[in-house]
Amino acid sequence: MAVALKRSLAVLVKSLGGPKWWQQASRSVSISASLSRVESPPARADATFKVTMLPGDGVGPELMTAVKDVFKAGDVPVEFDEFHLSEVQNMASEDKLEELLSSMKNNKVAIKGKIHTPMEFKGELASYEMRLRRKLDLFANVVHVNSLPGYSTRHNNLDLVIIREQTEGEYSSLEHESVPGVIECLKIITRAKSRRIAKFAFDYATKKGRNKVTAVHKANIMKLGDGLFLQCCAEVAQLYPKIKYENIIIDNCCMQLVQNPYQFDVLVMPNLYGNIIDNLAAGLVGGAGVVPGESYSAEYAVFETGARHPFAQAVGRNIANPTAMLLSAANMLRHLNLEYHSHMVSDAVKRVIKQGKVRTRDLGGYCTTGDFVHAVVENLRHRPNY
Amino acid sequence: VALRKTFNNMQTVTLIPGDGIGPEISNAVMKIFEAANAPIEWEERNVTAIKGPGGKWMIPPDAKESMDRNKIGLKGPLKTPIAAGHPSMNLLLRKTFDLYANVRPCVSIEGYKTPYTDVNLVTIRENTEGEYSGIEHLIVDGVVQSIKLITEQASERIAEYAFEYARNNQRASVTAVHKANIMRMSDGLFLRKCREAAEKHKDVKFTEMYLDTVCLNMVQDPTQFDVLVMPNLYGDILSDLCAGLIGGLGVTPSGNIGANGVAIFESVHGTAPDIAGKDFANPTALLLSAVMMLRHMGLHSHGKKIETACFDTIRDKKVLTKDLGGNSKCSEFTEAICQKVRDMD
Repeated sequence: MAVALKRSLAVLVKSLGGPKWWQQASRSVSISASLSRVESPPARADATFKVTMLPGDGVGPELMTAVKDVFKAGDVPVEFDEFHLSEVQNMASEDKLEELLSSMKNNKVAIKGKIHTPMEFKGELASYEMRLRRKLDLFANVVHVNSLPGYSTRHNNLDLVIIREQTEGEYSSLEHESVPGVIECLKIITRAKSRRIAKFAFDYATKKGRNKVTAVHKANIMKLGDGLFLQCCAEVAQLYPKIKYENIIIDNCCMQLVQNPYQFDVLVMPNLYGNIIDNLAAGLVGGAGVVPGESYSAEYAVFETGARHPFAQAVGRNIANPTAMLLSAANMLRHLNLEYHSHMVSDAVKRVIKQGKVRTRDLGGYCTTGDFVHAVVENLRHRPNY
Repeated sequence: VALRKTFNNMQTVTLIPGDGIGPEISNAVMKIFEAANAPIEWEERNVTAIKGPGGKWMIPPDAKESMDRNKIGLKGPLKTPIAAGHPSMNLLLRKTFDLYANVRPCVSIEGYKTPYTDVNLVTIRENTEGEYSGIEHLIVDGVVQSIKLITEQASERIAEYAFEYARNNQRASVTAVHKANIMRMSDGLFLRKCREAAEKHKDVKFTEMYLDTVCLNMVQDPTQFDVLVMPNLYGDILSDLCAGLIGGLGVTPSGNIGANGVAIFESVHGTAPDIAGKDFANPTALLLSAVMMLRHMGLHSHGKKIETACFDTIRDKKVLTKDLGGNSKCSEFTEAICQKVRDMD
C-alpha cells in the first residue's frame, strides 16, 4: 500500500509542478526578458504553450476576452485552442465533447468558464459539466480565498484554501421515482475517492506550507456515508504528523465562518458541502468575481473561477468583474512554470484593486469590464524586477 | 383549576426544562413571564425516552398526553447519551408529534454587535425527510450509499406553511432555496410544489434561488432576504449560517410546527454541561423562543413587552452574561429583565 501511495504521490507532485521539459523553455524566456527589459520588448519565446480554452456560458466569453487581451499585452507565450460547448445555447453534442476531451488530453492544461446546466429535465440526469469532470477524472477542486488588499470587507486578511471532492457524493446524478410522488436521490461515498481527496489535501498543505487541515462533514446524521469520509481523512492524517488535523460539522462550520473565519486554514470536504462553503467563503472576501479556483486530476489541470456561476444577467452589459479569471490565469501560468509572467499578471491586477480608482460594479465602482482590463494592461507596463 | 382557567383566560403550556442548563433557563423564563403577568400556566414534564410495549422507544405517556392536550410546548436543550440505544431525543419528539416545519427568525440584536447589522429574515426548513431520512446502506466494502427522499406530500405541506407564515406575519416575499440544476428530479419536485403554492397565494412574492447563490449573497448582503423555504439539509446549514450572522445559537429562537396544531418552541443550543448549575447560563435563546410562542398564540402585546425588555437590557450593557460580553450571573440578568418589564406597566 505504501508503494501505491508513493506512486500516486509522485504523479500528484508531477501534476502540481508541471512536466519537466516545460521548465527548459520557460527558463530561457525569463532570462531574455530580464536582459532586454530596458531597450526592446521581450524576445518571443521559441516554445509557446498550448492551452485549451472553453468560454462556456453567461459572462464566460467576456472574461476569456479579458484574459486574452491581458496576455497579448503582456506578451505571454500561451496559445489558446478554443472550443464552444454550451447546453443552453444548443451547441452541445457528443462529438463536440469528444473533440474537447482529445484537445485537453493533448494540452493537459485548460482554462474554462462555467457551462450552465439548464433546469429542464432533458432526459439526461448528468450535465455536460459533470460529464467533463468525470471523463477527465477531475477529482479535486481547489479554491483560494484570499482577501484583496485595498478592498475591505467585514472580514479582512483572510487566507483560506477550500478543497472539495467533485466527482461523487450528492452529485452522482442517480435519481429515480420509486412510487409516484416519492423521489429518491442517491449520495454515494467511496473509500477510494475519499482517501484520494484526503491525500490530495494533505499533500497540498505540505507543499504550500500550511499548518492545519479541517475535514467538514455531517457524520452525526449520515453516520455511514460521512462517517466513511471522516474515517478516511483520519487515516490519511496519521501519515502526516506535521500537519494538524481537525474535523467540524458543516452547520457549525458555516456559523464559525461568519463569526470567526481566522480559525480555519485548509478545509477538505465532499461535494455538496464544498459547493456551499466555496460560495460562502467567496462572499466573505468580495463575491464570485474575485475568487480564483482550479480543478486537478492526476494528469490534468483546469483553471476557472472559484464560485462557478454563469451570471447570465450580465451578458452583453460589460459589467462582469474579470479579477477572478485573471488571477486564475496567473495561477495557470505558475502551473506552466512561467513564474515571471504569472507574477506580472497577478501583480498588475492586485495593483489596480489596491489603487481603488477603477472598480467594477460588484466591488462598488462604476467601471466596465473593458475599463478594468485597460487598467490592468496599463499596470503591466510597470513590470516588477524579478 | 378548570374554573380558574376560564375565569382568568389562562392558557396551559407544556414546559420541558431539559438537561444541563435547561432547568436554570426555564426558571428564568418562568420568572420573567410572571413579572409580565402573561396568562400562561406551566405544566412541567420530563421526556427521557422509555421503552414502550413492543420494544419501541417512545417518550413517556404523560408527556405525550400533556402535549396533545395543550398543543403548545416550550423546550430547553436535551442531551442524547451516547450508546443509549435509542435515537436522539429531538428525533423522537419530531416523529411523535410529526413536527414538519422548523422556523427560525433571525433578527439582529441591537445591543449585541456582529459584523452583520440589519439582518431580518426567517428560515423555514422541512424537518421530516430529505437527506436526513437516515436510510443508508453499505453496498460493497468501501462504498456507501445514502438516500435522500423527497415526497410530494411533504413538499406541498411545507410550501403551504411557508406562505401561510408569510401572510400571517406580514412578510413580503418567500424564496425557495434548491439545487434543482444538479438534483433535477428531487429538488425539481420540491420546486414545483413551491411554485404551485405560490400560485395559490398571489399576495406574497415568490422567487427561487440556487443554494450556492444564496450562500454567496447572504454573507455579502443579508438584507435582501425575507422568508426562505427549503428541504432538510439546506435548511439545517442555512439556519445555522443565519444564526451565526446575528450572534450564534445563544441568542437564536426556534419553533417547530407539527400536524394537528401542535407547536413546540425551543432553544437550539446545547446543554452546556460544563456550566450547568453555576448560574452562568444565558437565557436569551429560550426567552426569545418563548416570545415566539406568545406571538403564535396571539398574545402579541405580552410578547412585545418581554422582547423589548430583553433587547433593552442587552442594549444597556450594564448586566450581561459571560457569553454576551459581561460578567453577571444568570439570575442578575433575569432580574434586570424582570425590572424592565415591571417598569413598563
